[in-house]
Amino acid sequence: MNKQSTRKHSPARKGLTRRQALVAITVFALLGVFALGAWFYDTRAKEAAAQRASETRDAFSRPGMPSMGPLMAKVQIMEFFDPACESCRAFYPYVKDIMAKHEGSARLSLRYANFHDGSEYVSKALEAIRLQGLDLYWRAVEAVLAAQPVWADHGRSQPERIWEFLPRVGVDVERAKRDMNDPDIAARLKQDAEDIVALGVRQTPTFFVNGKPLRNFGPDGLAAQVAEEAGRTIR
Amino acid sequence: MLHPLPGDPGATDQTAAARVWSLLFLCWVLASASTLGSLFFSMVMGREPCVLCWYQRIFMFPLPLILGMGLLRFDPRCVRYALPLAIAGTGFALYHCLLYMGVIPERMTACTQGVSCADVDVELAGFVTIPLLSLAAFVAIVGLLVAIHRKSRALPDA
Repeated sequence: MNKQSTRKHSPARKGLTRRQALVAITVFALLGVFALGAWFYDTRAKEAAAQRASETRDAFSRPGMPSMGPLMAKVQIMEFFDPACESCRAFYPYVKDIMAKHEGSARLSLRYANFHDGSEYVSKALEAIRLQGLDLYWRAVEAVLAAQPVWADHGRSQPERIWEFLPRVGVDVERAKRDMNDPDIAARLKQDAEDIVALGVRQTPTFFVNGKPLRNFGPDGLAAQVAEEAGRTIR
Repeated sequence: MLHPLPGDPGATDQTAAARVWSLLFLCWVLASASTLGSLFFSMVMGREPCVLCWYQRIFMFPLPLILGMGLLRFDPRCVRYALPLAIAGTGFALYHCLLYMGVIPERMTACTQGVSCADVDVELAGFVTIPLLSLAAFVAIVGLLVAIHRKSRALPDA
């Protein structure tokens, strides 16, 4: 009799009992609080990032950034980039596509965010390769990203292996290895690291379009914001 | 602990069972809020969980499911499965707090790569850190589970 007692008193056998309804409502309430909190936090964080970027204008006009596109282009895209980051690798074709679509009116500049083991070595190598020519530099960036699974295995990174993939795009490896310890390169990477702190960059890739952080992260968000800036009439 | 009224044992069982259910519900809400809270720290606020945080999560995340199942079809015996998890979680949370406070030196821990477990990343109201929140949640859950266990032993069908 006792075994049955809780069930016997529940009002409806078919639908939810009052207790089950309470559990279900609480689940929705907790998830609702979570979603609302996430939305609120996200909105505040984006406002703070935009505010920070607008107060750190200098960070967007450092001399000597690796770039493609005309210097005075209407849309200035800055990408904080980690050569060992899978997400940067996945973004690369989209970025290239956006640059092709806005050829002549957009300029892409890379900044190094060396968040992984071995990233710094590769960033220095890329900067040394840039001394051999800008076109070669972009080909080398592509080659390094393509070979990323080989050299950037997390936890066991082997950045020296990038050299296996670079002669075929035309890099003078010996010269690049000599040049990569240039103090100018170290100074530029230091500047990048300082701007990462100043702008509060925490993940890669992080994009700024005309000094504004992305409202929606992702290739579509980037494309939309570039198109928006390109369509804006200059005051 | 229970004072059965003479002549109406069924009604007493009923209210005692309801009280146990309410305690279980409270415990489940606490475990669910803790689970969502830890997900909020990592997913929304972007704080990378350290190794010790992960161990605590391993023992916290099953609790809303185990306790929730015990609520839907009222079964206070779910405490038997939830309590070992909560006790293990308490152990990790306590260890983490001691590490945070510097009682245990960090190099003795398993956190050799990734995020340091001794980094103070979030402090609320000056001293409330994430490991302290975790410890408070685990201790409260263990306390409630023990209370549920005791009370449910007095129930006829437990």
